[in-house]
Amino acid sequence: MSLQNSTVSPRSESLLATNQLIRNTYLMLSLTLIFSAAMAGVSMWMNLPPMISLISMFGSMALIWFVLPRTARSGAGLVTVFAITGLMGLGLGPTINYYLHLAGGDQIVMTALGGTGAIFLALSAYALISRRDFSFMGGFLMVGMIVVLLAMLGNLFFHLPALSMALSGAVILLMSGFILFDTSRMVNSGEDNYLMMTVSLYLSIFNIFVSLLNILGASRD
Amino acid sequence: MDWLKIFSALFIVAMLVFLWPRAGQMIRESRKGTIDEWLWVGLLLLGVAAFVAFLMHSMHSTVV
Repeated sequence: MSLQNSTVSPRSESLLATNQLIRNTYLMLSLTLIFSAAMAGVSMWMNLPPMISLISMFGSMALIWFVLPRTARSGAGLVTVFAITGLMGLGLGPTINYYLHLAGGDQIVMTALGGTGAIFLALSAYALISRRDFSFMGGFLMVGMIVVLLAMLGNLFFHLPALSMALSGAVILLMSGFILFDTSRMVNSGEDNYLMMTVSLYLSIFNIFVSLLNILGASRD
Repeated sequence: MDWLKIFSALFIVAMLVFLWPRAGQMIRESRKGTIDEWLWVGLLLLGVAAFVAFLMHSMHSTVV
């Protein structure tokens, strides 16, 4: 065998690493979504109170901010990712229960689920196939997040249903932008850790689902 | 004001405190997109908005 055949060029090596990162991320994302759905099912079956949503959100955000960056490159990172997604699933249970108890609630939940899947698959497939670089969106997305959070904080006190719907719409568009940004980071080798990518994509999917539930629930009324 | 609202407000403030420095860093480090690139993003997001509007319409029409 010649030396030329036995060695791998740096370009194909990087392509292999990118493909492996994409495969690992989507496999991990599928597993965490299944686990999260199971935890949401448990939470719905136990009929946990709405306060659980907030407690589990605090818990999962603390894990994302303080634990995941330290464990992402070790085996403990895997446990951390499942803990984050499990907690978020547990917190989702009371929200789904609320919508299921509305008239036609099962249709709202199923439409939100299907809609979230369609948005994620379409955007992620586009970023993967086109291999476009969406890294220029980073600053815009972060500023958008801060503006939306400030408006959400204001709406906690003013209770404007129209603003709540507009914010849900804005969150869907922002999270769609994050899906393009994150998928492009994987393709263009900006990120090499599949656990961090899994959590990023999971958060986008989670937020799109919750916002779609809010919008569809309000539009049904 | 109930506890749920107080905790929600605390949660949002905590997220703002955490995101603020990261936002500054990302704005400084992000490359600038061309008009063509922003147009593509705008088109894709317009597609998402149209899809959500379609879902809302279908939900509304099945109830009415």
